This record gives sequence, C-alpha cells and structure tokens, in this order.
Amino acid sequence: MALKIDHEACTLCLRCIEECPYGALSEVEGRIVVSEACTLCGACVDVCPVEAIRLEREPTPEETAPAGECRGVWVHAERHAGRLHPVVFELIGKGAELADALGCPLEVVAAGAGLEGLSGQLAGLPVDALYVAEHPGLAEYTDGAHALAIAHLIRKRRPEIVLAGATAQGRSLMPRVAVLCKTGLTADCTGLEMDPETGNLLQTRPAFGGNVMATIVTARHRPQMATVRPKVMTVPQREGAAEPEVHRWKLPDGLLPGGVTVIGREEESRQSVNIADADALVAGGRGLGGPEGFELLQRLADVLGAEVAASRAAVDAGWAPYERQVGQTGRTVHPDLYVAVGISGAVQHRAGMQSSGTIVAVNSDAAAPIFEIADYGIVGDYREVLPHVIQQLAELKAAEGAEHE
Amino acid sequence: MHIVVCIKQVPDTTDVRIDPERGTLIREGVASILNPHDAYAIEGAVALHERLGGSVTALTMGPPQAEAVLREAVARGCDRCVLLTDRAFAGADTWATSYTLACAVRKLGDVRLVLCGKQAIDGDTAQVGPGLAVHLGWPQATYVRGIVEADVDAVVVERLTDWGNETLRVELPAMLTVLKDLNFPRLPSLVSQMRGRRCDVERWGVDAVEGDAAEFGLNGSPTRVVRVFTPPPRGECVLWKGDPETAAPELVHALRDKRLV
Repeated sequence: MALKIDHEACTLCLRCIEECPYGALSEVEGRIVVSEACTLCGACVDVCPVEAIRLEREPTPEETAPAGECRGVWVHAERHAGRLHPVVFELIGKGAELADALGCPLEVVAAGAGLEGLSGQLAGLPVDALYVAEHPGLAEYTDGAHALAIAHLIRKRRPEIVLAGATAQGRSLMPRVAVLCKTGLTADCTGLEMDPETGNLLQTRPAFGGNVMATIVTARHRPQMATVRPKVMTVPQREGAAEPEVHRWKLPDGLLPGGVTVIGREEESRQSVNIADADALVAGGRGLGGPEGFELLQRLADVLGAEVAASRAAVDAGWAPYERQVGQTGRTVHPDLYVAVGISGAVQHRAGMQSSGTIVAVNSDAAAPIFEIADYGIVGDYREVLPHVIQQLAELKAAEGAEHE
Repeated sequence: MHIVVCIKQVPDTTDVRIDPERGTLIREGVASILNPHDAYAIEGAVALHERLGGSVTALTMGPPQAEAVLREAVARGCDRCVLLTDRAFAGADTWATSYTLACAVRKLGDVRLVLCGKQAIDGDTAQVGPGLAVHLGWPQATYVRGIVEADVDAVVVERLTDWGNETLRVELPAMLTVLKDLNFPRLPSLVSQMRGRRCDVERWGVDAVEGDAAEFGLNGSPTRVVRVFTPPPRGECVLWKGDPETAAPELVHALRDKRLV
C-alpha cells in the first residue's frame, strides 16, 4: 500500500497539500513529496484535478464474509429501565430506508433478561422481526457480556448492516462487537446511504471536531457497522399496532464473561441531567463573569424549555458542574436550538456544538468567533440583552396561552 | 503493578481554520500536540503508580515524530515509553490500531491495567480503547470519572453514563478510558522535562510486536475513507449590534418563524 504520484501528470497546483489533513505532503524542488505522516486517507487523491495521485492497495487476501451471504439491516435496542432509547426509533427510520434499498428485512436486536415488553414498544413501526438474546447473566448491563451476546447473534444470523446509537453505551459496546466479529465500525455517523454502484453503505461522519467530514466504507467485511448520532435521523410514523415477530435465542452456557460487577447506579437528577438529550440548550461561558450569571441563564432556559449548559471555562471556574460541559473535553451536543451566552467560541467549544440546528450567540465582543457559526447574534452585555429576550418570550407564551383558551 | 497508558499525537485542532474564500482547511503551521484527553490518563496512571508501586509505560503508534508525545508522557511521570512505528502500520483504522496496540501490550508482559483518554480529538471515535480490550480479552470501563479503589486484583471506578453515574468493580487486567473529570494533571517540573528530553524511546516495528502481519495497517483495516470534505457552511449570521430593546423582539420573531419557541 502506498501513495503513488505521477510527476509527469502533476501540474503543481498544490491542492493536495492544502487538502491533506495530516500535513504529510509538501513541494520540494518542483515535485510533490509524501512524508511519513501520511495515513493513506486518500483525501489528496480525490482533490487532484489531473488524477496524478493514486492509492495503490495490495489485494486483501480474504473476505470475512462474502457480501452476498449476508442479509438484513439490524438496529441495536439500547434500553434504560426497560424503555427503548429515543435514538432506537430514529435508527429504525433510517434502517427501514436502507433495508428498502437493499430489498431485505429490518430487524431489531436486543440482549438482556426479561425482555417480554419489548415488541410492544415497536408496535406499528416498520420492523420485520425482533431478535432477542436472553440470559440471566445479561440482566445487569455490562459492555463485555452484552457485546458477546450481540456478536453471537451476528455470527448466527449474518446481517448485512448493524446500526446503534452513538450514545455512551453504543460507543462503548459496538467497538467490542466489531472486534469480536472482525469487521469495521464507523463512529458517530450523521449520514448513511447505500452506494448504488457497489452496494456498500456510505457512512459519513464529522472528524477534527466537525471541521472535516469523512465518508467511510466497509468494503470487504460484513456486517457493516455504524454508530449514529442521536437527533440526526427522523423517527418514522407508527402505522397500526402490529408488533414484530419475536425470535428468542438461548445463549450457550459459559459464553458470558465475568470481570465486571455493577455496584451502584445513581440516576440523573435535576443537577445531573444529560444535556445531550435536550432539544434546546442555553450555555454560558467565561463572559458571564461569575456564577450568578447562570441564574439569569436558568430563567431564559425555563421560558425556552431548555437545559443549562456551560463552556469549559465556566466549568473550570466552578460556576457549573462538569456534566453540563459542552465541547471537546465535555459532551458533544446537537440540540435544535443552542443559545451561547458569553462564550467566545473557541474551536474546542465549537467541536461540541457546531452541528446544532439553530445557534444564537450573545456576546459583548463583536469579533468573537462564535458569531462565525451563529445564525443569530446580538452584540451586547448579556445582563441587558437577556432580560429583554426573556420578557419577549414570556409575552409570546402568554399571548399563545390566551389564544388556546 | 505495571500500567500502560495509550496516547496519541494529534494535530492541534485549535489551529485549524477554514479558508473563507475556498472553503478548505488551512493547515499551514498546524502544530502537533498530545491528545488533550490523554493527559488525564497519564495523570491517572502516575497517581495509581504512586499509590501501588510498579511502573507506568507510555505507548503510542505513529510516525517517528510521535516520539514527542512519549517524551511528554515521561516528563509527566511515566517510567518507560514505546513507539510503535513502521510503514506497515500506516493507514490503520480503529480495528488495526487496537490490534497493534494489543500485540504491544501482550509483548510488554505482566500488564495489569491499560488507561486511555476518552477519545482522540482528530478522529473522535472512542473505539480504540474498547477494541484493545477485546483483542486482549479484557473487561473495560469507559468514561471513567473517578477511581474509588484500586489494588492489584481490581479497581472500583465511577463512570458517567447517559443516564447518570455508575459504579463498577472491574477485575484486572482491564482497560479504562477516562474523562477530564478524573484528575488535575500536574505540570512537569523543569527536572522532569529534562528527564523526558533525555529518556530512551524504544522503537518497535512489525517484527518487535510479533503480530499477524496481515492485520496491521491499511491491509488489516476493514474500513476505508473514500471521501474527505468540508462540511457545508452555515448561513450568514443575522447580527444585531444596536439597542437590545429592538434586537430582542426581532430575535424572538425569527425563532418563532423557525418554530423553535
């Protein structure tokens, strides 16, 4: 495997040097030179206008499972306290679309114990079957045991595609499943479609904190596995009340590993809510000037029906708890509405929120980079701006309330 | 107790800017740094080592210049460092990377615990740690925000899930990925920085890690990047600079038109 450059054809336009995410290309004495930083990602190949760059691959010796023998699109049924995670319904919507394109069934897969009520939660959805791996050892969720159970079902049933939510659980569980099944896994996808030419799943995801998008394929291994960001795909309409057919699988004795014991679970409270689940967020940063600024933010959040979040600076200053931190070292969020107050918008913060639906920024510095990605911005002191916004929203609510009566 | 910290050299994305005219990334002068999440893993490993004795080995895979992050790890308190570097490792996806790291951990022998940062800031996949654990046949705990107890047989950790907190007892050997919340990394002193600069970086290639050659690098990677592109730009920002009394109603109107309020 190597990057081959046709120096005859090369016009030295240098677009490849600009495009290389790893800074691995340079021009030395009229020739493009590849350094050891090259990861063979192929970005330069696509951008070359004269097709002077080629990625030469050695033929892969074997295929794990020939594509033709695999069938079905699977969605992993992540649950909490018996209820399906909202992302499961989003994946059913996207999965049904992929299954239609492939002409194959859409199936949901669950591992656990006491899963009787699960098919009822899938009533009316375009799900052809529910595969359940039940075992008393799966009653308490652990990554290791559940990964083995799901990998076992995948080996038995050989689906073509397996999707899971890019949640804390999906991002911990699915990498284990993928290694057990010796197949590829693409993390945090925001786009999935079938390539009509090759029949491969085109998996598109953000990288470099959302500054770059990459499309990835798993060409020779099956299943093609992806975790998908919550709140990106559309939940399908329920039609009727038909429940999917349930297939129960007994796991072989001795399959499940030990090693991890759950000692305690502390459910989220008002203080430790998962901000990634919120449809609207009001986030505060260093520009608030102190913890008291968050009281005003909470008032805005209340009238918007939003949760309060914070930048790293505000968390490090002790004004907000870590669970509410947005950004590279906090959580990645993509609510429908993100209001950034007193946040300058450093790249590390943007990495955690720039895929939000609508971004509103309030900042006293008109040159703050947050305005580069904001849809709406107000330049001014938040202490003066927010009370007016809160008042307007309260009036709007009151007017709408009066209309309904 | 022998602890391994897996770290990565990444481009400092704070320096990545989008050329407003061409819509491409400007990468001139983008510095390489230690993946920010890995500093918490290094500190966590060094702190455990101070309590329990033994040694801490920093491990990375990358081009020769990646030794810079290993020197930083030694400056931050690691005892030994190993760089997995070979043209045959290039182009590895998370499957092949975790396989190669697992071979190296096995080769190191007697390792009881592997710590990794939550994820790397260039790829953001968070897949290498769990992959490594499976290749080694080990249990794991991800998103660890606190190590409550630790001895040579097991660790009790608190982890942040999407639902709240979870406390797990994990038998060793095991792999943990850690969050920023775990600790406050100490800055290396001048003396330890000197130690980092002078330490021996062990370089291991394909022969040294003793794995299956077909599983390394691009050849061992089930996934391929077929296209890299800049995300579509967001629209122009509607900006109010004047009186908030005028701006507030217009903003609320705009949000109502989008059915956001």
